[in-house]
Amino acid sequence: MIILNARSTDNAQLNESVRAAKGDCEIVGCIGERFIGAGLSDKTINIKGIPGNALGAYLNGAKIRVDGNAQDAVGDTMNEGEIIVNGNAGDAAGYAMRGGKIYIKGNAGYRAGIHMKEYRGKSPVIIIGGRCGSFLGEYQAGGLIVVLGLHKDGKRIVGNFPCAGMHGGKVLIRGNAEDIIFPDKVSAKRATEEDMSAAKGYIKEFCSVFSIDENEVLSSPFTIVTPDSANPYKRMYVEN
Amino acid sequence: MLLKEGQVRIPSGCAVSAVISRDGNLMSGERIVASMKPMHERSNGLGGGFAGYGIYPDMAEFYAFHMFFDDKESKKICETYLKDGFEIVKAEPLPVRKIPAITDEPIIFRYFLSPLRSRIADAQVDEREFVARAVIHINVKIDGAYVVSAGKNMGVFKAVGFPEDVGEFYRLDEYSAYSWTAHGRYPTNTPGWWGGAHPFGLLDYTVVHNGEISSYDANRRYIEAYGYKCTLQTDTEVFTYIADYLLRRRGLTLEETANVIAAPFWSTIERKPPEERERLTYLRNVFSGLLVTGPFSIILGFEGGLMALNDRLKLRSMVVAEKDDRVFIASEEAAIRVLEPDAVNVRAPEGGEPVIVRVKEGRY
Repeated sequence: MIILNARSTDNAQLNESVRAAKGDCEIVGCIGERFIGAGLSDKTINIKGIPGNALGAYLNGAKIRVDGNAQDAVGDTMNEGEIIVNGNAGDAAGYAMRGGKIYIKGNAGYRAGIHMKEYRGKSPVIIIGGRCGSFLGEYQAGGLIVVLGLHKDGKRIVGNFPCAGMHGGKVLIRGNAEDIIFPDKVSAKRATEEDMSAAKGYIKEFCSVFSIDENEVLSSPFTIVTPDSANPYKRMYVEN
Repeated sequence: MLLKEGQVRIPSGCAVSAVISRDGNLMSGERIVASMKPMHERSNGLGGGFAGYGIYPDMAEFYAFHMFFDDKESKKICETYLKDGFEIVKAEPLPVRKIPAITDEPIIFRYFLSPLRSRIADAQVDEREFVARAVIHINVKIDGAYVVSAGKNMGVFKAVGFPEDVGEFYRLDEYSAYSWTAHGRYPTNTPGWWGGAHPFGLLDYTVVHNGEISSYDANRRYIEAYGYKCTLQTDTEVFTYIADYLLRRRGLTLEETANVIAAPFWSTIERKPPEERERLTYLRNVFSGLLVTGPFSIILGFEGGLMALNDRLKLRSMVVAEKDDRVFIASEEAAIRVLEPDAVNVRAPEGGEPVIVRVKEGRY
């Protein structure tokens, strides 16, 4: 593992060092450096400190682990790979991602999964362990977003206006979501075994990564949100 | 000729940061300047600024006017105007440190002023209204003179440059404040005038702002009907006047002011308990012209406290944290970690949810 100290460098130099490193890296002393790992397809990057905005933007297969909180736009437009955040993430996590996985142990901010999409063999996944802000999955066109609600502060699992403009993909919210108001162009109902089957593997992996009891997580009912095919947004935007 | 702000419109990006001690402990300006460094990319060198509260304890009874002048002539005209309404207790150049990164500075002066009782009586207004009117008069009527800040025991320090350099230029390491706010500017259209940097101040109110007000003209028209004059066309100016109007002149609380500026959607109001629903409906209806739309995160500074607020859609980032008596607010957590690596209770307030921090009574 190659150790890189973020303190003595700037964004561009740090990213240059990460790219040039022959093998896996650990970045220490991170304090707001942006675009870490942008576009990378190889190696694992471990981060100590607070990585800056657009962590793993355009990620193309590399693995990133953050030992703490991440800022805004984690995995912006990522294509493949995984980002694991052992804390909270800021706004717009997984913005327009079309492949790979983002696992956030704690809470996510506003607009998690905005413009997320899938394409041919690629289908992205975001799992949020705690709660998330308003506009979850806004304009979602594909992929899977799971919100587990394991937070302890008593706040609602999802903020206002979730799934606004959703025209593809799935959102799974742990619990009955009875206090959440969805737009009338999506359908929210209790997830069946079949609905859960595709997501279970990811949820189990999430639990194993963060040492969470998977049985407790999966013993709860889930609510599944999908575009309402009888009343779609779909054709308002594109043929897909 | 370079167009000044007010002659050309400037939408901006930006970074904000703030720290306040609830116990009123004084903190050197050095740390708040350092906190802007990890957010360097959020600015483009065309504006940086700071506001400090509690910086003039020995002159706390006087209004501290920080002023920019284009030339000696405008300074002379402005001083004549000031002498007519105020006793000038002290007038001096604001101390600066000449550095290569900051150039083309205007004449920067500091006045400690005591408004004349007789003139206040003549005007038939209270003292703060008298001072506010003087500030607006200078900014609108005296060409080449600009009031940067005009509160008691506080001051704004701003310039064209990156915030780190602006802090060094104004020697902020030599000031101590119980509350600091900071701003780094990213205007996308660039006359880059010193007066257009943030914070914007009127009396003890100052505002730093990251964002862009879509409702600017609607808000400007409303507020100008009450004697304010938006001379710069930069949106932050209107926030400062809205705050002054609602808080000082209409006597609203900070929470109410936040509920006006970032009023919840009607669909959100409908879901509130009856009493709260009625209150929010009242505020939205009465002050409909002061609803601010578009992305923003602002920090309002005032004597004895701070209020941070996001637009109701939360289109800009803002993080809050604390440690012991101190509360931190910034566009990014990284900035907070510079101020205090061990900050706890790190959280992102919701859109339209004000974060209000006050210094304990008697400690400022």
